[in-house]
Amino acid sequence: MTTQPRTLYQKIWDAHVVDTRDDGTCLIYIDRHIVHEVTSPQAFAALRASGRKVRRPDLHIAVPDHNLPTTARRDASGNRVPIADPQSAQQLDLLEKNAPEFGIRYIGDADIEQGIVHVVGPEQGFSLPGATIVCGDSHTACNGGLGALAFGIGTSEVEHVMATQTLLLKQSKTFQVNVEGKLGAGVSPKDVILHIIGLVGTAGGTGYVIEYTGNVFREMSIEGRLTVSNMSIEAGARAGLIAPDETTFAYVKGRPYAPVGAEWDKAVAWWKSLATDPGATYDKSIHIRAEDIEPTVTWGTSPEDTAPIGGVVPAPEDFEDASKRDAVKHSLEYMGLTPGTKLTDIAVENVFIGSCTNSRIEDIRAAAAILKGRKKADNVKWAIVVPGSGLVKAQAEAEGLDKIILEAGLEWREPGCSACLAMNPDKVPAGERCASTSNRNFTGRQGPGARTHLVSPAMAAAAAVTGHLADVRELTEQA
Amino acid sequence: MTPISQVSGRAYPFGRKNVDTDVIIPAQWLKTVTREGLGQGCLESVKAEPGNVFTDPEYAGSPLLIAGDNFGCGSSREHAAWALLDMGVTCVIAPSFSDIFSGNAFKNGILTVVLPQEAIDRLMEVAKTDPISVDLENQSVTTPFQDRFLFEIDPFRKHCLLGGLDEVGLTLAQDREISAYEGKAREALPFLASPVLHAA
Repeated sequence: MTTQPRTLYQKIWDAHVVDTRDDGTCLIYIDRHIVHEVTSPQAFAALRASGRKVRRPDLHIAVPDHNLPTTARRDASGNRVPIADPQSAQQLDLLEKNAPEFGIRYIGDADIEQGIVHVVGPEQGFSLPGATIVCGDSHTACNGGLGALAFGIGTSEVEHVMATQTLLLKQSKTFQVNVEGKLGAGVSPKDVILHIIGLVGTAGGTGYVIEYTGNVFREMSIEGRLTVSNMSIEAGARAGLIAPDETTFAYVKGRPYAPVGAEWDKAVAWWKSLATDPGATYDKSIHIRAEDIEPTVTWGTSPEDTAPIGGVVPAPEDFEDASKRDAVKHSLEYMGLTPGTKLTDIAVENVFIGSCTNSRIEDIRAAAAILKGRKKADNVKWAIVVPGSGLVKAQAEAEGLDKIILEAGLEWREPGCSACLAMNPDKVPAGERCASTSNRNFTGRQGPGARTHLVSPAMAAAAAVTGHLADVRELTEQA
Repeated sequence: MTPISQVSGRAYPFGRKNVDTDVIIPAQWLKTVTREGLGQGCLESVKAEPGNVFTDPEYAGSPLLIAGDNFGCGSSREHAAWALLDMGVTCVIAPSFSDIFSGNAFKNGILTVVLPQEAIDRLMEVAKTDPISVDLENQSVTTPFQDRFLFEIDPFRKHCLLGGLDEVGLTLAQDREISAYEGKAREALPFLASPVLHAA
């Protein structure tokens, strides 16, 4: 065995090498694959066309999320409510047929376990620390919050994993993002990751896997760690990692697919051995003071376009790089913003609280804490809260959070990807603004012409009740 | 996969930085269950911009596209590669690509060529009037004006692209190694190797 100090990433990698080629490319074993309806039809079709099987159906689960409407899925008599968009209906039907045909467990649209792929994996204990996890969706990086090596793949790779349970990969470089100190009041995990992306840029992590280190992540809940690791891809990194610890073990224990008995003990012993060794080196590192992070929002059409809520919309001239100046000019035109405008003066017509980034129970609690006893502002036309899974929904309802949300005048929906990417009926109208807890503010992401401002759940709730981007700290100080 | 060795012809002088896959193919086009027909939706919002290169008849049907840094960032949707292919683009030249996009492009027989920004600037200039030629065998990009830029490519990728090889078929031939790994993992990491669904 090697005695060189290794990073968390190298340890997980080493444990999954099936074969190494002369040029350093490795055949890596994949422990878990989660399938959804958008990026799988062509992979199933290719398997069928070549007469190939899914090698290990027990290592895959399938769940629909992107296309599902977030309105009721069964009518009063328990019959399925038809899906209006025929293309969405076709993709959903195909997943429901393809999964069992190839021996894969299918979680149905109205099952309580249904939800967004990256919420379902950890929640079911299907995603485990130290595992290699893939899904045809770039936010698979989310699972890195558990200490799993998890990343998004394309449809050809989906087919490759189904047929061979492996992927051909080259080892990535490692990037340490260290945050130490004490986070201020009102600063959530979402603000931490937006701040990081603002510093690193959307290409800063390309070719790297990020390991988040420092007391801020050690003290963070699993829900928060999943939020942070989720957006690793927005910094260009295919995966993020946070070392598994007692918080992780407590989260995983007792979940439906979690190991039990002697296997549990064996698992915990191995998970504890995964932390980066003292003396191991990263290919690059940045160190951030927690005290420098404020509630953060985006003003442009790239996730790196961040600013503290107390700031103003920047001007293209504020940027040194010529192509960035050009991009900012395009962004501001698309966003309908004038340089120098105070961010808190930007009115929003829509609020979306949900997505694989921010739809877990803590996110719903954070939003409800702000909404409690307040009302949605009159200029906010559409404000929805979309839980990440049926189980999150049930938990929130058991805590009475749905009532707080409804009393504040927001809608409480069924689980799914919803307005994060406008593949289902939840869209932001062209030219309108949305304070959104999702992960991408790209041109047209929430619907053609939609203008997205990325924020934390508490900040989205603050926008809902004030009618504009707002500093959540001002609302909590009043209360 | 169609083998690829040379791509020659006009190039779209696009040059923009951080072009994400939502821009290459917006979500409303992802509802297809086949790989074909996405060319129409390819770069839809860019095609709506006045003076864009994609609707300019000068460049119609170009097999090459020149882009800025971090091309293909964002979503893992392979539809971005399918859309470019459907539009007739088989080679993209840029200073850098997102990891997932370059993998998806490769798996669909699209050549991604990384060149320094100075070379990109020169090619952007040439592309406005003249064709560009990319030779995978010799790993070179040339112009009618004696420009010659050499590029690096992973040898395995080069081998697969030149031969139009099916990666799934190649890996299936390694069944013995995969089975051996699975046997070892059942002993060492049973909790990963064989998930059991316990009552919730």
